[in-house]
Amino acid sequence: MNSSINAGGSAGEFLRVTDLHAFYGESHILHGVDFEVRRGEVVTLLGRNGAGRTTTLKSIMGMVGRRTGSIMLNGNETIAMATHRIAHLGVGYCPEERGIFSSLSTEENLMLPPVVRSGGMSVAELYEMFPNLSERRTSQGTRLSGGEQQMLAVARILRTGAQLLLLDEISEGLAPVIVQALARMIQLLKQKGYTIIMVEQNFRFAAPLADRFYVMEHGRMVQGFAANELSSKMGMLHEYLGI
Amino acid sequence: MEIFGVPHQALLGQLLLGLVNGSFYAMLSLGLAVIFGLLNIINFAHGAMYMMGAYAAWMLLEYFQIGYWWSLLLAPLSVGAFGILIERVLMKWIYRLDHLYGLLLTFGLSLILEGIYRDQFGVSGQPYQVPELLRGATDLGFMRLPNYRAWVVLVSLIVCLGTWYVIERTRLGANLRAGTENPQLVQAFGVNVPLMVTLTFAFGVGLAGLAGVLAAPLYQINPLMGSNLIITVFAVVVIGGMGSILGSIVTGIGLGLIEGLTKVFWSEASSTVVFVIMAIVLLVRPAGLFGREK
Repeated sequence: MNSSINAGGSAGEFLRVTDLHAFYGESHILHGVDFEVRRGEVVTLLGRNGAGRTTTLKSIMGMVGRRTGSIMLNGNETIAMATHRIAHLGVGYCPEERGIFSSLSTEENLMLPPVVRSGGMSVAELYEMFPNLSERRTSQGTRLSGGEQQMLAVARILRTGAQLLLLDEISEGLAPVIVQALARMIQLLKQKGYTIIMVEQNFRFAAPLADRFYVMEHGRMVQGFAANELSSKMGMLHEYLGI
Repeated sequence: MEIFGVPHQALLGQLLLGLVNGSFYAMLSLGLAVIFGLLNIINFAHGAMYMMGAYAAWMLLEYFQIGYWWSLLLAPLSVGAFGILIERVLMKWIYRLDHLYGLLLTFGLSLILEGIYRDQFGVSGQPYQVPELLRGATDLGFMRLPNYRAWVVLVSLIVCLGTWYVIERTRLGANLRAGTENPQLVQAFGVNVPLMVTLTFAFGVGLAGLAGVLAAPLYQINPLMGSNLIITVFAVVVIGGMGSILGSIVTGIGLGLIEGLTKVFWSEASSTVVFVIMAIVLLVRPAGLFGREK
């Protein structure tokens, strides 16, 4: 269960998604998604609402009704795996609605996700990184401000030793000063070697952070390009995203 | 000495009976609350599990000469194991459906179980002796306290408060509370939620089994002992608030006491008073006294 199993994929590949279809009941949401993420990369999924970006993250976690195709995580095929076992391959998930539990205190929220591998950040480190959380550790999780809840939602998956972070719209609905703090946090995590997949609506937030971009539409990846191609792709992005 | 024209011995005696009944209400509604919280299933078979606990104690004695003290451990375990079987075989199929299906399934299950026990053991009921250590009564000066009843209240309080502590104050309990709110996300963090659900159900019905063992020496063991009790227990759950842990404990004991008091002052109303309170609470606070509005 470590990187030595990685022999199957190309060097440094963390995630490879091939021909992924996902369904909620009768509705077919993803129609053959292909993409890959290399170790240590920050990849951003762009696209309009309903393009299938959140469903892509949920499919990686096994949180959709049904999925077919292939999702290779760290050299392991996870398409038929139970959600909790996928987490133990070193994936941390931060949902769009943040998922802070109201019946748990801030600290209980922070301590909730079990450690999935060694090398996670300690509680002391996390409190140093997010001093607000330390001050409010006994408060009910949902009493925190929106920004603090977002910090908490990210902090709790940094404790677990997860190396791949799936961050869904973390800048959504937050004040600019908080968004800047989140951007600094992503930079820091990148330096620490985390692999990150972000779903972002806020293009200005995501643009300077990502190494590569994927654009989704109607449940498919329609474009993929590196950060240095960004300027030449702006015309296309205008067309797809209306930005 | 008289209080409101009632001899204090009679009053205290009824209060004690109420406290004993309340202890059973609390233990049973606590199990129901834990199960409803995580599984979203209203376990109508809870009364049958209580009955099975009592019969398990009786069978252990009758067939294996295993006495009360071991039964206190073995009977809840066997009921819990039976719970695991039901959860794995039947219940896991209906979690995605409406509450109503869980209610129908468990209601049918309780009819089947009661039918089987009726067929095997008849309806006349089996006696079960109070264990030697707990026979007799203690003179408290102002009243005589039957030792076994005191024991039942004590065990119930310890079990209820212990359960409350584990759920509200420990990491295991935090998993359970989080699982009640958003099981999908808890599983995405790497917690084996299906296993947690199975064990929670086993624990909840095991609690009913324990209540059954405690009840065995007090009441006749018979196949319908559970269904007689469970209607009141459901009223307790509704009054306390569906899924509230503290609510089910406090309401269980409180309503037992109120029933006891009603027996003294207006005995005809004593079997109705719980339902009158339920109606009033539902009108004023539809989510129950300790429940959260959704």
